[in-house]
Amino acid sequence: MAIPRFRVPATAKKGDVIAIKTLIQHPMDSGFLKDKSGKIIPRMIINHFDCKYLGKVIFTAKLEPSISANPFIEFYARAEADGDFEFTWIDDKGTVTKAKAPIKVTA
Amino acid sequence: MKRGIVEVGLGVSLAAVVVLATLKMFGFALAAEAPGLHLKGVPAPAGSPFKTLYSGYQFRSAATKAMQDDDFSNPGMLAIDPATTEWSHVEGTAGKSCASCHQDVAKTMHGVGATYPKWNARLKRPVTLEQQINICRTQHMGAKPWAFKSDNLTNMTTLIRYESRGMPVKVATDGPVTPWYDKGKKLYYTRIGQLDMSCANCHQKYYGHHIRADLLSQGQINDFPTYREKAQHLVPVEQRFMGCMKNVRATPYKPFSDEFMELELYLASRGNGLNVETPGVRN
Amino acid sequence: MNSKISRREALAGGAAACASSAVLLRPAEAAVGKPAAAQAALMKFTGGKTPTKGSLKLSLPQIAENGNTVPMGVSVDSPMTAANHVEEIRVFVTKNPLPIAVSFLFTPESGKAAASTHIRLAATQDVSAVARLSDGTFLIDTRNCKVTIGGCGG
Repeated sequence: MAIPRFRVPATAKKGDVIAIKTLIQHPMDSGFLKDKSGKIIPRMIINHFDCKYLGKVIFTAKLEPSISANPFIEFYARAEADGDFEFTWIDDKGTVTKAKAPIKVTA
Repeated sequence: MKRGIVEVGLGVSLAAVVVLATLKMFGFALAAEAPGLHLKGVPAPAGSPFKTLYSGYQFRSAATKAMQDDDFSNPGMLAIDPATTEWSHVEGTAGKSCASCHQDVAKTMHGVGATYPKWNARLKRPVTLEQQINICRTQHMGAKPWAFKSDNLTNMTTLIRYESRGMPVKVATDGPVTPWYDKGKKLYYTRIGQLDMSCANCHQKYYGHHIRADLLSQGQINDFPTYREKAQHLVPVEQRFMGCMKNVRATPYKPFSDEFMELELYLASRGNGLNVETPGVRN
Repeated sequence: MNSKISRREALAGGAAACASSAVLLRPAEAAVGKPAAAQAALMKFTGGKTPTKGSLKLSLPQIAENGNTVPMGVSVDSPMTAANHVEEIRVFVTKNPLPIAVSFLFTPESGKAAASTHIRLAATQDVSAVARLSDGTFLIDTRNCKVTIGGCGG
């Protein structure tokens, strides 16, 4: 799958709530549209996104065909300690895309 | 007015509409530029039909503007990473990549995208940025040209234009380019299609007015390739031209045709002074 | 609008100009999904409980420039502690083919019960966000979003 884009602050103070934004290229075919020959384009979407931090899934999004192509997801996390934010996208075919972004947490 | 519903899906529908409407409205003069709108523009260059140039951005909703303004919300930005990878991808019989001749894209392409379409001395004609990319591929790399609307070509065009983002459009219209510019100007003002309309009928005379629920812009192209909310992908400028031509029920020119190059040359130069916004976000 | 152009002329000319690519949704035919399906999905989510208005805020433009990419955000004022946090916010759409648009699952480590995405809206419709809190209560916020019959942009 495509190269995802994401923004995580490089550093944060312990206890700060930070915004995380992610984008990934995907057609998010809803299964409700037809191609030019009149055939239904089969459903093919990213249906799952999650973010793991310090060994725990802290945020999950279950996506449906109502989500626009090239899904954008913004969410938050509380900075606790140095570590990686690990992102996982899974589509209907089971293709898994992973990415991670480190954060330094100061006292 | 008859309407025929063909298909209704998730926000995308094709509607066949038979309209026999009088176009007398286009005989009316505009009272003022962009009435009731609060637009931020730049002074138009000498010879422009406008007093002030407005990017298409100015005509869009707060939500659409916000999407463009945030590089991590603007889906057009998804072109940048793959195109940057492609920049160094060796391909073709010469064993070269873009980087073999042009090194670091962020340095060598800084400001370049703002000047296209541009005179090509070897070919003795102006070329669009898309054409120049394919000239590099075929003549210097020995690689196959990329197809119109292909991800590779649109992404690379986006990357090169993005390296000029925030810089004013600066397309030359003098010297050997002039005859081509004149042809583009003629195309702009020529009425075409069953609806017998020219570009100017909407984008010069009626910008700032609603065309149904949509607000007409000046038809500036400083944001291209642009991410369209409707299409949900990046749209190269010639695809937008084709859309407009279909709207007035004309037969679009062929991709990479002289007509589209001339039209792009003329249109781009009408936006001289506006900042490059690639990748823009439009409805 | 310029008073020199009558409304009828403007409509006729506008429709003509953009005829071939226009999105024309008649409300009845555009309603692919049924509001009842969204209501049923909502009730299933709450286990039959009626959610109340509270600090849940659904952000959605009043008018979407194009229904294919509409920015949408949800947020709840919550301390996000182990004892008191938002577990899930689910977004229901009344006139799309499927009643649920997205579910966001939070944890106390989320720090803030808020998320945003871009959604598709097949027609002008009500969109409801429902939050499930850790104490078993539910909050709701509903907004209407007009999906415009585009001109050339549509």
